[in-house]
Amino acid sequence: MASPIISLSSIATPGGAKLDEIMQQKAEHQGCGTSGGSGKASCGSGAGQGDLSPEVWEKVKNHPCYSEEAHHHYARMHVAVAPACNIQCNYCNRKYDCANESRPGVVSEKLTPEQAAKKVLAVASTIPQMTVLGIAGPGDPLANPEKTFKTFELIAKTAPDIKLCLSTNGLMLPDHVDTIQSFNVDHVTITINMVDPDIGAQIYPWIFYKNKRYKGREAAQILSERQLQGLEMLTERGILCKVNSVMIPGINDQHLVEVNRAVKSRGAFLHNIMPLISAPEHGTVFGLNGQRGPSAQELKALQDSCEGEMNMMRHCRQCRADAVGLLGEDRSAEFTTENVMAMEVEYDLESRQAYQAVVEQERQAKSAAKQAELETMAGEQSDVKILVAVATKGSGRINEHFGHATEFQIYEASTAGAKFVGHRRVDLYCQGGYGEEEALESTIIRAINDCAAVFVAKIGGCPKASLQGAGIDAVDRYAFEYIEQSVIAYYRDYLEQIRSGAIVHGQRGDAEIRQGAYVAA
Amino acid sequence: MAYKIIASQCTGCSACEPECPNMAISEKNGTFVIDPAKCTECINYFDEPQCVAVCPVDDTCVIDNHYPRYSA
Repeated sequence: MASPIISLSSIATPGGAKLDEIMQQKAEHQGCGTSGGSGKASCGSGAGQGDLSPEVWEKVKNHPCYSEEAHHHYARMHVAVAPACNIQCNYCNRKYDCANESRPGVVSEKLTPEQAAKKVLAVASTIPQMTVLGIAGPGDPLANPEKTFKTFELIAKTAPDIKLCLSTNGLMLPDHVDTIQSFNVDHVTITINMVDPDIGAQIYPWIFYKNKRYKGREAAQILSERQLQGLEMLTERGILCKVNSVMIPGINDQHLVEVNRAVKSRGAFLHNIMPLISAPEHGTVFGLNGQRGPSAQELKALQDSCEGEMNMMRHCRQCRADAVGLLGEDRSAEFTTENVMAMEVEYDLESRQAYQAVVEQERQAKSAAKQAELETMAGEQSDVKILVAVATKGSGRINEHFGHATEFQIYEASTAGAKFVGHRRVDLYCQGGYGEEEALESTIIRAINDCAAVFVAKIGGCPKASLQGAGIDAVDRYAFEYIEQSVIAYYRDYLEQIRSGAIVHGQRGDAEIRQGAYVAA
Repeated sequence: MAYKIIASQCTGCSACEPECPNMAISEKNGTFVIDPAKCTECINYFDEPQCVAVCPVDDTCVIDNHYPRYSA
């Protein structure tokens, strides 16, 4: 579990010919998906370089949150140095803190900037594909400016290859844009849930601004103005901005199309529409008053309708403010302050670079395989689209056992190819009393009920039969192959079988997005 | 009177500490405390007590009746 995806020893050839070779290939490789030139980047952030300019691609290609393609290969970490917040959101409850809880605003322990810097070095040395350090709370980084910027300063000194980013509610953003730029932070995320104060009043009960607590519509108006002003100031300076929006059915779900237009026109690079998390046990206002989150179909429909000239992020895992690892995993438990302080850390930039060069090779091979598979689809015409769930632990391969998967990645297959459209968590719920295996199976079926197939490295007979019973084809013949290549190959067969009459294509139902707290296995 | 912080409610988020005009707030065992000798209830500084206004948990920064009313 603790070992990196690619074994480090396989590339430990200091100064050897193998490393030179890799570096050479890395230099020649200017980004995945460029050589094919299909010109049909369905999602610029998703399809490798796609239609991004070389400068932008250079900034995002190793950033798991800004590039879907990168998130299969590169990891990030958050350090919880910013506990204070200056606004109250109805989907957040700062009082509740459970170690098994996984959602924004929750951490196990706060860190000082010095502890955070040590932790970054420890993680960077253990996880060489960790390329990004973000500060995302658990409060708001810009409500704790001294701690946030001190942390950036320390890390920029000791680990200069690590990208710095931060995620803010935007209230204090205009005051700090120049400082952000001076620390070379070139990725900033702003959470913008509305541009209409009447809608904002239903999401934010209050803000604290200039020594005063503002409430209701007035609070939302100030917040919205500051957010949009901050966004404009950042994009003017060439800093990439991602906008996060929480989709709250009945409150801002229709309105987010307008938010999308507003942030697009101000130069935001990526829009991340996330489902509301509102389990009653979290004790949030929305959790307690029964406000529901969206279904998988509702979320996808909204994301699809906003996807135009702007990239949509669909791979966000709504992680904790102290998360460590690939987006789908959380290794924060390995890096408690106690563990980190006891670790002897030697920052070895060269071996990190060597490791990342191998990752680049893997990405290149994956992209070439996808392109080759796509070419076999040339001339194929069909309106049929299917969703496929994939069990993976990274590297863009189908390399996870069905029974071990804590999440499934969802790909949409069509004649345009394979496109990442989301993911579903399937961790064990806090649910006493049920027969464990049956409960887990039905949880998984509800989570991927909209999929025609699930791709796994291996699966037992019983779950395979249950899935089959629910109309989901459990497929292990692509074990350890590349995901996108396999999805396209499966889709081609699927069309063939429709034509031959072997299967009848029908619409699948909706699926559930995980809500409850879970017990880490 | 001075304000006090109800420790069992305090999340330890530190939001109040830098807002206090009297530097009366400090951390103690993971939560925050107000020094009643320094607290002026923000009278003559702000329209409302800053710790109350910024605290994320309602009814956590409250008047401490053990102390006489502050007079400027």
